Amino acid sequence: MQRPHIRLLRTNAFRLAALYMLLFATSVLALLAFIYLSTEGFIDRQTEAALDSEVSRLRTQFRQHGLVGLVQVIAERSGGERHRDDPIYLMTDANFHPLAGNLPAWPQVTPLKGGWLRFPLEIKEQDGTEMHDVLAETADLSGRAGEFHLLVGRDLRAADLFRNNIAETLGWASVLTLGLGVVGGLFMTRNMLRRVDAVNRTSERIMNGDLSQRVPLTGAGDEFDQLSANLNAMLDQIERLMAGMRQVTDNIAHDLRTPLARLRARLEVTLLEKPDAQRYGEALRQTIAEADTLLGTFNALLSIAEAEAGSRRETHSLVRLDEIARSVAELYEPVAEERGLALVTAVDDAIAVRGDRHLLSQAIANLLDNALKYTPTGSVRLTARADGDWARLEVADTGPGVPAASRDAVLDRFVRLEGSRSTPGNGLGLSLVRAVARTHGGNLRLEDARPGAKSPGLRVILTLPLGQAPAAVPERTSAGSV
Amino acid sequence: MVAAGAWPPMKLLVIEDDREAAAYLVKGLSESGYAVDHAGDGREGLFLATSGSYDALIVDRMLPGMDGLQAIASLRATGRHTPVLILSALGAVDDRVKGLRAGGDDYLVKPFAFSELLARIEALLRRGATSTANTKLKVDELEMDLLARSVRRSEQEIDLLPREFRLLEYLMRHAGQVVTRTMLLESVWDYHFDPQTNVIDVHVSRLRQKIDRGFPHAMLQTVRGAGYMLRGRS
Repeated sequence: MQRPHIRLLRTNAFRLAALYMLLFATSVLALLAFIYLSTEGFIDRQTEAALDSEVSRLRTQFRQHGLVGLVQVIAERSGGERHRDDPIYLMTDANFHPLAGNLPAWPQVTPLKGGWLRFPLEIKEQDGTEMHDVLAETADLSGRAGEFHLLVGRDLRAADLFRNNIAETLGWASVLTLGLGVVGGLFMTRNMLRRVDAVNRTSERIMNGDLSQRVPLTGAGDEFDQLSANLNAMLDQIERLMAGMRQVTDNIAHDLRTPLARLRARLEVTLLEKPDAQRYGEALRQTIAEADTLLGTFNALLSIAEAEAGSRRETHSLVRLDEIARSVAELYEPVAEERGLALVTAVDDAIAVRGDRHLLSQAIANLLDNALKYTPTGSVRLTARADGDWARLEVADTGPGVPAASRDAVLDRFVRLEGSRSTPGNGLGLSLVRAVARTHGGNLRLEDARPGAKSPGLRVILTLPLGQAPAAVPERTSAGSV
Repeated sequence: MVAAGAWPPMKLLVIEDDREAAAYLVKGLSESGYAVDHAGDGREGLFLATSGSYDALIVDRMLPGMDGLQAIASLRATGRHTPVLILSALGAVDDRVKGLRAGGDDYLVKPFAFSELLARIEALLRRGATSTANTKLKVDELEMDLLARSVRRSEQEIDLLPREFRLLEYLMRHAGQVVTRTMLLESVWDYHFDPQTNVIDVHVSRLRQKIDRGFPHAMLQTVRGAGYMLRGRS
């Protein structure tokens, strides 16, 4: 139990929460202090104003009705038992001998400025007497009857009680606010920490080798969910790249080992035979030719891996698919003619896609290469047009075609159909085209060019997103493995 | 080979850290008639290149001490324009672009055929000699007017398609040298991949039909195992 608490104190989130708490507490206290001070001032001013007006009323009384009138009024107002909250009156002669009022003697305290007095007084309560503070205003009156002193006071106990009440209320309010703030802050911090912890736990498991782990989403759609979703997308991509890498390694091991073994065997057998310069020369020439084939395969594999990994995506720019297609068609035109095939090019103008010119050229070259190679008679047709949001490039031939059942297979690496093994090639052509299509966010599809015909021919359809705005690459490859 | 027999021989510097590869390069190039020096790392290579007078450098890209591209950049910074051929195991287009941007003049991906290397070195050595500002090219009785886009052989007009024209232009600029298929694909078409079918052969044989048919001397010759060469009668 100890560890999580210490950790809580060390987290950034907690520090942030504590800082906010401090700021919050300071402002709450400042606000409450302000309320208290202004309320207190208000109460004092109220009392002073009440005393002021009473004094001036009595002054008027004295002026209009003389000493008798004033004494009468004072006697009236201060008659009977003096209770708490009752006003306090005292009128004395010039020598401070009481003449009227409910105060037995002039209080012996030093006056405050402006003739104000503050003195303690015994007040009768239900259970005995209590000492209360009294605030009083004094006035000097002079008339025909001579000099007099007047004192009007008020018991401050009620105001004090009210003030205390407010102070107490405000005190409790601040305690409650701060308490709630601390609890809420801790709660939110822990909540946040829990979600960060989930991410951390997942990363640890992934680092320990379980790449299939994903950060759980709460479905709240907040920043944490977005972070988790992004992390998961990144993990998907990494998993995909690693799978691709593993496949390439497997393929290289599987498909380069055989020819390498053959090459080695030939050299060994040549050494065993009787030394003969001519035979040696012949063996070396064959070996070089075989090494070249191997290198070609190796390069093709690397290109496919590169295209599949999408590592060149940063080099993508807006390119004209129509110009690329025409240029490649022009390269292959003489080849078609030499083989007695018609290469028909029907390419629309201004088809812009976002991509890599070299990869696209190579993909189209591979398509034409294939079509020309496997078509004994007839024609090869290269078309390209914009179709909605997609650029659609087709290469159709009049060859034997590919049976529907084998169409997926021929897109895989090194797969060559029976009957095509006699023609040169490494079985990587269409794999590269598919990889190029994928890295461009496009698609590759095979179908019969002339369904029902005796030699149905093959139509390869390469679709790429048209590039005006930067094309987003749709996520679809390994979404199912999450 | 053209360099063979030339005296004094052209001087080459090979900067390559792999001993066996370097020995093979030095031996092959010496046998082809070049005077070859060798440096084992980038620092020594840069030192030799700036102090000696070489006609061309062959620089491996990955070197201990100082990276090959760095060495080339430093050499260029001293104002030397010695042609440089970069050898590299990195063959992606971006790597090629990086190499050429650092100051390399040509880029050859390992492993390569020795004949390819020889052809490219010859092309580099001749680059300085043939002026690109010429508007007329002439090889024996074959003449090309780059402005009028016309070609004639012995006063006989030859009609060429635009791509054939560029192909012939490249061959004429490198007349007397071996030009490989890869060089043609890179320079005339700007493609950096190997087509499975040998498309270049078909293009060259078409061009040959146009410029050699009806003439006793075939100018456009196939060099077995290497490529092509456009050659006059001499």
